[in-house]
Amino acid sequence: MAEAVESQGRYARYVVLHSPFVRVTHWLNALAIIVMIGSGWRIYNQEPLFGFEFPVWMTLGGEPRISQHWHNEEGLAGALQWHFAAMWLLVVNLLVYLVYGLASGHFRRALLPIRPQAIGRDLRAALSGHLAHKLGERNAVQKAMYVGVVAIIVLTVLSGLSIWKPVQFQELTAAFGGYDVARYVHFFCMTAVVLFIAVHLTLTALVPKVLPPMITGRAKIDITPDLGGRP
Amino acid sequence: MSSLLGPDRGILGAQAASVRRLQRRGFLKGSLSLGALAMLTGCDVTDNEPVQRLLWNTSFWNDRVQGWLFNPNRLAPTYPESAVDRVFRYNAFYPEEQAPMLDPATYKLELSGSIGDKRPWTVDQLYQLPRTSQITRHVCVEGWSRIGKWSGCPLRIFLERIGADLTAKYVGFICADGYYTSIDMPSALHPQTIMAFTFADQVLPRKFGYPMKIRVPTKLGFKNPKFVVALSVTSNYPGGFWEDYGYNWFSGS
Repeated sequence: MAEAVESQGRYARYVVLHSPFVRVTHWLNALAIIVMIGSGWRIYNQEPLFGFEFPVWMTLGGEPRISQHWHNEEGLAGALQWHFAAMWLLVVNLLVYLVYGLASGHFRRALLPIRPQAIGRDLRAALSGHLAHKLGERNAVQKAMYVGVVAIIVLTVLSGLSIWKPVQFQELTAAFGGYDVARYVHFFCMTAVVLFIAVHLTLTALVPKVLPPMITGRAKIDITPDLGGRP
Repeated sequence: MSSLLGPDRGILGAQAASVRRLQRRGFLKGSLSLGALAMLTGCDVTDNEPVQRLLWNTSFWNDRVQGWLFNPNRLAPTYPESAVDRVFRYNAFYPEEQAPMLDPATYKLELSGSIGDKRPWTVDQLYQLPRTSQITRHVCVEGWSRIGKWSGCPLRIFLERIGADLTAKYVGFICADGYYTSIDMPSALHPQTIMAFTFADQVLPRKFGYPMKIRVPTKLGFKNPKFVVALSVTSNYPGGFWEDYGYNWFSGS
């Protein structure tokens, strides 16, 4: 892994940026979140909380015309089936991530500490275009975003459970302010996750070299010595 | 659908469900090219058979999980009179004016399945049963909810009185409008599961299921059948109108 490779006089070394644990949980989570949001938008459309609906093509639950034949309606049944299937993937993957992340020290190494001053400093640097991207290192803003989105996903799951089981989990539902309020909490948590995804994808598009390591785990770093050009 | 309805609906229910599933499969084979086209045009991954099977099986798994989660002693939250929604929402697969109007002179509740005394019940007989009332939240699968007041006879008392086999798995219901559904026996025996005869202290209005609806505050609204005209106790899965179309069967709250 740490062996140096030489190409046209330059030396490079592969380093492991993301462990298999991080990569697998990341992509399973991405899949689960996409299914939850797509089907959730279709469920929302059935009884909108606000004065808008999500365009049907952006939602998941079956093509309405075909769904009419299968489910005798335009796709709520299909969306509910998706939502309550993908919840298992989301929750099991999330639990594995949290337990392993805590036990292995991944959270401590990769996401902590987060200091408010550092967030302010890095945010200013980022917005003025002066924040250097150091491969394999997360800046304070990134750390805050990642910890924040995990916390929001946990809150989304809990508010979702309180809507799904307002009798069996009635204490949880009450903690969210009752069934009707919990629906709004669930919606705003979804909105926060969608905003995170928008920022996350934008930054990945701006610095595309961060994408391959999340797939292969490895990144190539240049270790050519400065002096003389020859070791 | 209506051709399948009849007094033996409880027994036919399971067959109807599998028949419908077969029809669905036939439809799928006939429309493979349509499905392939949908995939090519990036339409929706939902509409192909392996995905459908996975989704249905996960829903059956969720039935089991909800059966384990169900605590027979856990009561649905109740509310004060002041919390009752004055204008309650009507919901069905047809408009309000088409709700069946049952004549109390001819109405009968037919009984079938594992029941000792299968003599049908009249409205008068039903309305003489002991009553309890509740102010609970009706939660619809669509997401909305309303708080209402119902009163009537705990289903457990009725099942005991007719000599029903309480070890059977399901209680199935058939309604005057062609609707049908079924619940698990533990939910049927839950203290808040009642045969409701009144709504908001008035005789159950026609649109909300006169003369009798089953109120199950531990389940979603569509598991609360209105205008019930037949009840069966069985261990053969009776399915349900929406359940056979893909709504989760247990649908516990």
